[in-house]
Amino acid sequence: MSAKAGATAQIKLTAELRSGYHCNSNTPSDDYLIPLRLTWTAAPLEVAGVDYPKPQMEKYSFSDKPLSVYTGNFDLVTRFKVPASAPAGPAVITAKLRYQACTDRACFPPKTVDLNVPVDIVK
Amino acid sequence: MRRKWWVSAVTALILAGCSQVKTAVKPEKDRHTAPDFALKDVAGKTVKLSDFHGKVVLLNFWATWCGPCEIEIPWFIDFQQSFKDRNFVVLGVSLDDDGWTAVKPYIERRKINYPVVVGNDQTELLYGGIDALPTTFVIDRAGRIAAVHQGLISKSEYEHEILDLLDGKNIKVGSVLPSGRPAVLWTGLWAR
Repeated sequence: MSAKAGATAQIKLTAELRSGYHCNSNTPSDDYLIPLRLTWTAAPLEVAGVDYPKPQMEKYSFSDKPLSVYTGNFDLVTRFKVPASAPAGPAVITAKLRYQACTDRACFPPKTVDLNVPVDIVK
Repeated sequence: MRRKWWVSAVTALILAGCSQVKTAVKPEKDRHTAPDFALKDVAGKTVKLSDFHGKVVLLNFWATWCGPCEIEIPWFIDFQQSFKDRNFVVLGVSLDDDGWTAVKPYIERRKINYPVVVGNDQTELLYGGIDALPTTFVIDRAGRIAAVHQGLISKSEYEHEILDLLDGKNIKVGSVLPSGRPAVLWTGLWAR
């Protein structure tokens, strides 16, 4: 990714869940459910916000009410501010994607995936 | 003649209902010893699996964030209540990363009436790695694994397996059929 100092930039991450699987959205239906979270360590960039997609409300055999989930392919868009003072040249920003997935009959332990994104800051 | 037909029809229906309940109980020769472990309960007391030797144990790996586990817990509360005087116990092993912070309020809210401990990586490894929850081991009186279930199954399947191990057969007079009908009613039909 190329980012211009003093401007804004964004990164789109596409997640893909196999058919029959779902993960909780960033706003799950119950307190006890583990939300999808994307957290950045972005210096020298600053995170302006993470845009999560609109969740689907799906009913599963283990739940009395529809749950707020993601299925299939979905995009997570992160917006960054690039400070004017950011040094020009290559940098690497990192993120952690935490999620917890289930099928209709079983759930899998929460996982955290580490992401490294090379960034080329230009003046 | 007419009465005989009626009795036969009812019996056939009951048998048909029972035959739909699958059982995954292994033959005794294929059962392996359930690995022992020692973990703390909510009061800080050490609980070992071997403490329950001589009982049929439903060893349930679960977590508070697991929706399918939540469905099963009321069933297990029922089993604990119904069979506790017949050398049976449910033992819950929570795999919540947050440990008792998450588990204690949950077991209080759900009024869980059976022992619950918080597991760890070592416990999971002992059982071959727990890939998905719920995972439940049905352990016989000799401490051997008689059945394993990964994921949600039906209450009647569990009930059938528990009764199988408690009684050495699936249905016994005084027990309860999967549908909730007392088995003694069935026996009465046979006697007519």
